[in-house]
Amino acid sequence: MTPVGPATMPRRGPLVQFARAQPLGVVALLVILAMAFAGIFAELVAPLDPLDIDFAAMLGAPSATHWAGTDAFGRDILSRLIYGARTALSIGFLSSMVGCTLGAAIGVASAYFGGRIDDVIQRITDILLSFPIVVLALVVVAMLGRKLVLGIDLNLIVAIAIPIVPKVIRVVRAAALTVREMPYVDAARAGGFSHARIIFRHMAPNVAAPYLIMLTAYIAQAILLEASLSFLGLGVAEPTPSWGLMLAGNASDFYREAPWMILFPGFAISLAVFAFNLFGDSLRDWLDPKLRT
Amino acid sequence: MLRYLVRRLAQVIPTLLGVAVVTFFMLRIVPGDIVEVKLRGDGGNVSQAQIEVERKRLGLDQPLPVQFASWMAGLVTLDLGKSMWTGNGVAEEIGLRLELSLQVAVMATMIAILIAVPLGTLSALFMGTWIDYAIRMVTIAGLAVPSFWLGMLVILGLLYLFNWLPPITFTSFYKDPIANLSQLIWPALAVGYRYAAVVARMIRSSIIEVLKEDYIRTARAKGLQERLVVMRHAMRNALLPAITVIGLEFAFLIGGLVVTEQVFNLNGIGRLFVQAIGRNDFTLIQGIVMTIAVTFIFTNLVVDLLYAALDPRIRYR
Amino acid sequence: MKFARFLAVAVGLALVAPAGAQTPKRGGLFNFAITAETPTYDCHGTDTFAAIHFLAPFYSTLLQFDLDNFPAVKGDLAESWQVSADQLTYSFKLRPDIAFHDGSKLNSADVKATYERMRQPPQGVVSARQATFADIDAIETPDAQTVIFELKAVNAAMLEHFASPWNCIYSAAKLAEDPSFPSKTILGSGPFRFTEHVRGSHVSGVRFERYFRAGLPYLDGFKGVFMLQPAAMLNALQGGQVLAEFRTVSPAERDRLRQTMNDRIRLEERSWTLNLMVVFNTEKKPFDDVRVRQALNLAIDRWGGSQGLSRASVLRDVGGAVRPGSPFAIDPMELEKFPGFGRDIRAARAEAQRLLREAGVGNLSFKLLNRTIAQPYTPAGIFLVDAWRQIGVTVEHQQQETSPYLAAMGSGNFDIAVDFSNLFMDEPSLGLAKYLSFDLAPDNRSRAIDRELDGLFARQQRERDVPARMALIRQFEARALTQAYQVPLLWWHRIVATHSVVKGWRMSPSHNLGQDLAEIWLDQ
Repeated sequence: MTPVGPATMPRRGPLVQFARAQPLGVVALLVILAMAFAGIFAELVAPLDPLDIDFAAMLGAPSATHWAGTDAFGRDILSRLIYGARTALSIGFLSSMVGCTLGAAIGVASAYFGGRIDDVIQRITDILLSFPIVVLALVVVAMLGRKLVLGIDLNLIVAIAIPIVPKVIRVVRAAALTVREMPYVDAARAGGFSHARIIFRHMAPNVAAPYLIMLTAYIAQAILLEASLSFLGLGVAEPTPSWGLMLAGNASDFYREAPWMILFPGFAISLAVFAFNLFGDSLRDWLDPKLRT
Repeated sequence: MLRYLVRRLAQVIPTLLGVAVVTFFMLRIVPGDIVEVKLRGDGGNVSQAQIEVERKRLGLDQPLPVQFASWMAGLVTLDLGKSMWTGNGVAEEIGLRLELSLQVAVMATMIAILIAVPLGTLSALFMGTWIDYAIRMVTIAGLAVPSFWLGMLVILGLLYLFNWLPPITFTSFYKDPIANLSQLIWPALAVGYRYAAVVARMIRSSIIEVLKEDYIRTARAKGLQERLVVMRHAMRNALLPAITVIGLEFAFLIGGLVVTEQVFNLNGIGRLFVQAIGRNDFTLIQGIVMTIAVTFIFTNLVVDLLYAALDPRIRYR
Repeated sequence: MKFARFLAVAVGLALVAPAGAQTPKRGGLFNFAITAETPTYDCHGTDTFAAIHFLAPFYSTLLQFDLDNFPAVKGDLAESWQVSADQLTYSFKLRPDIAFHDGSKLNSADVKATYERMRQPPQGVVSARQATFADIDAIETPDAQTVIFELKAVNAAMLEHFASPWNCIYSAAKLAEDPSFPSKTILGSGPFRFTEHVRGSHVSGVRFERYFRAGLPYLDGFKGVFMLQPAAMLNALQGGQVLAEFRTVSPAERDRLRQTMNDRIRLEERSWTLNLMVVFNTEKKPFDDVRVRQALNLAIDRWGGSQGLSRASVLRDVGGAVRPGSPFAIDPMELEKFPGFGRDIRAARAEAQRLLREAGVGNLSFKLLNRTIAQPYTPAGIFLVDAWRQIGVTVEHQQQETSPYLAAMGSGNFDIAVDFSNLFMDEPSLGLAKYLSFDLAPDNRSRAIDRELDGLFARQQRERDVPARMALIRQFEARALTQAYQVPLLWWHRIVATHSVVKGWRMSPSHNLGQDLAEIWLDQ
C-alpha cells in the first residue's frame, strides 16, 4: 500500500488513494455526504413542513404523500427525519469539533509547556475522566438548561463537547510528547522561534492524524449522545425534529398501529452512527500505517 | 508490585478530592430548587413563608462554603447526607438500587465476554475473509444501534409476539432466581450487545497486532502447531488491552444504564439519577455522581493492577 | 302450593334482579400502577395525586364524597352531622369503635388535633391547608364522639373541604409526641394496614381486620407499583402485571388497549376537573396590553383543535373558568361570545392580526414556557406554537423540568407559559381563586392586579342564594375572559383503564377521589 516508485507514476490524490485502499470507507463517506446534503438543504429536500400539524392524517401508514407515514400529530415523518438529520449532524459535528479542537489545543499545550502546567492539566483531566460520558453530559445539561441560538441549542453542544475534551487531551498529549523529544524542537527553541510557531509547524502535523480520527469517531458518539439525551427529554425540545426525540413520548404506544414511528428514527440513528464509525475505522486503517513510517 | 500499588493509590486520592469539589460546585449553578417542586409540584397553594421554612430545614439558605464544608465533612465519614426530595439517606436510596444496576452490569459484561471472545478471535484468525467482514458488520452495527432503541424493540417484540412482559418489580437473585433473571436478562442483552461489539473489535485488532509480531513468526518457524501458537502466545498478549477495555466499559455501563433503565422501567441507579436531576435534588445527585466516579476510579485501578500483574513491563515504568 | 309460590317468587326475583348484581368476593391481591411516587407520607403537606393513590387506602377522613351522587358527601369517620342555620357551626358525630392500625381508639381528640395541625401548623410542619381552613374559628370536643367546628364566616364549600381526601386523620397522641410524625410513619384508620414501601418500586398494604366498616375491605391486600413511564405502564396493563391505573390513559392508549384486550379491559370516561391554561406575564411588555393578550388568545382554535387534540391527548373540552358540565358552568352558547372561544377561527385570526397591528407589535416573537411532561403538556405546547404561527407570530417552545419550570413561574421569569389548574371538586371558590389578584393569590402566575375580580370573588364566596351566586360567577368569568390575563386552554378528559375482573371502583371527575380501595374486589 506504499506509493510506487518516485518518478515513474504521477502521484494520485489522497482521495483516490483512500478510495482504492478503503472501499468500505468510501461507501461510508458517501452515506455521510448524502445525510449532510439532506441536512443542509433540508428545505429543498424535505417534501413537507416538519412542523405542520394535520390531525386528520394522524398515524397514517407510508403512502404516496407521506413516504414514511405520519406521527401522532399528523406530521410527515420523512420530513422530520430529514430535518432530524440536520439536528443530529449539526449538533454531532459542532460538539465533536468543539470538543476535539479544545482537547487538542490543551493537549498540545500541556505536552509542549510541560512542568507545572502539564501536571495541573493532567490532574483536571483525571478528574473529568472519572465521570462516564452520559453522567457528565446530564449534569452539564442540568446546570446550563437550554439556550437556543439560530435554532441550535448551544448548551447541548457544550454538554456533549465537555466529556470529549479530556479523552482528546490524553491522546493528543501522548502524540505531541513524542515530538517534543525531537532534537529539531530544541533547535527551534534555541533559534528563538516563538512558541506558537513551533507548535504549529512541528507538533501540529504529528497530531493531525489522531485528531482527524477522533473527530470522526466522536461525531458518531455525539450523535448517539444527542439522541439519548433527547430521548430522556433533556436534549432537543419539541417541536424541533430530532431522531431521539421522535422515539420518546408516545411513539412506543402506537407500535401496533404505527410501527414506522419507532422503526424509522431508530434506523436513522443507527445508519448515521454506523457510517461515521465505518468511516473513522477506514480513516484510521489508512492513516495509521503512514504514521508508523 | 506493592510499590506500584502504593503509587497508584497515592494518585487516586487527589483525584477523588477533585471529583468531590467539581461535583458539588457544578450543581450549585443550577437555577431553581427542589423546595418549589416538592410543595408546588401539582398545583398547590403553599405560601412563600412555608417554602422558606422548608428551605431552611434542608440547609439551602446557608452560604455556599458552609454547605460545601458540611458535604465534605459528611464524605469523610461516608455520610452522603439526605435526599432533598424524600428526606431519606442518600446512601440508603442508592443502596436500595445498587443491587439491580450492578447485576445488570455484571450480566451484560458476562454476555459481552461470552459473545466477544469467540467472535473477535474468529474475526482475527480469518482476517480478510467473508467471515471477518460479516463479523465486522455485526460489531459495527452493535456500536451503532442505540441501546435504548434496541431495548424498546425487545419489549415490543415480546409483547407483540408472545403477549408477555418481564416482571415489573425486582426480586433479588437469591430469593427467586427465575423471576430475577426473567426480568433482567433483557436489559442485559440490550446493553450487552454494544459492549460485546466494543470488546470484540478490541480483541480482533489486538490479536492481529500480536500475530504480526516477531516471536509469533519464530514460533511458527519452529514448527509448533498453529493452534498452540495462537492459544499460548497470542491470546495472552492480546488479552491485555481487552482487559483494559472491559474494565473501562464496565464503569461506563453504570452510567449507560441511565437510558436503558428508563426503557425497561427498572428501579436502578440510572433512573434514580435522571429523576434526581429533574428535581434538583442536589444531595442525591452529588451522592450518585460520587458513587459512580469512585466506582469508575477503582475499576480503573483494578484494571491497571491486573494489567501490571500480567505484564511486568508496566510495573517498572 | 306454598312451595310453588315460593318457587315462583324466587324465580321472579332472580329474573328481576339487575344483571351483574353480584356478591363481592373476598380475597385476592390487587396490583395497580401509580404513575408518580410521593416523597412524603404526610397528607397535609401535599397536593399531589401521587400522595393520594399511595396513602388513601391507609387513612380515613371525616367525610367523603359519595361517588354515586357526586358531588354529594357522605360520612366516613362521621356517622352523622349537622350544619346550623346560619352555616357557621358544623357538628359531627363520630362512629363508635374506630381503631387505628396499632389498636388504639380514634375519637374526637384525634380529629381536633388533626384539624388544628392543618390550620395552624406547628414549627417545622408544612401544611397546604392553612388557607383552606382559615375560616375555622374554634374546634370543640364536648365528648369522645362529637366534634364541633365554629366558623368565622360563611363558607359555601366547607362541607366539601371536610371530605377532601388529603385531610387524613392522625392520632393525637402521636402528634403530641412529634408533630412531624406523619411524614415518616404511616398510622391510620383506613381499610388497609401499611406493610412495605420499597422506594422506586412499590407500596403494599394488607387488610386491616378491625376496619370500622364491617365486611370491608374485600381484598386481602394490594400492591401499588410505581410506573413513571407511560409506555411501561401501558405495557404492564396489557400484559396483566397490573390490573388498573387510576389517573388516566390517553385516547390512543385507550384504543390500543381496546384492540389488544377486547372485553378483558374496562374503559371508563368522564370529563375531568383539570385544565391547562395559557398565562400571559402581565409584567412584561407587550403582554401588559390587553389587545395583545386578546389577539394571542383569538389565534387559538379551541373548537377545531379539540377535535384533533382529543384524539392525541387527554385535552378535550372547551370550557371557561368553571368545568364544563358542572353545576356552575357557563352555557356553551354564552361562552362562544368571548375572544378565543368562538367558532369562526378565520375571522378570529383576522381580528387577532388587526389587534396586533393596532397595538403596534408587528413582528411579535417570544418564548413559550412549558413542562416536559409528555401528556398533555407537550401536545398543548406544539398546538399553541402552531396556532400562533398562523398569525405570523414566532414562538420558541421552551420545555423545562418541573423544578426550573416552577422557579421561572414563581419568579415571573417567562413571557407566556402553559399553566394548569388541578382541582378535586367543582367548587368555584377553589377554581376561581387562581384568577384573583397576584397579592391575594400567589399561584396567579400572570401577576395581574384586578380589584374588580377580587370584589366579585369575595361576594360569590359568601353568597348563599344559588342563582345570585351563579350571576356573580358569570360576571367574574366575563371579566376574567375579556381581560385575558390567563385563560383556560382546554379541559381534560379522564379515561380510566381497569381490567374487567376489578369490580367496585367508582369513576368521578377527579382522580383524587375514591382511592381508598375499600370496596374493590376481584372477580376471579
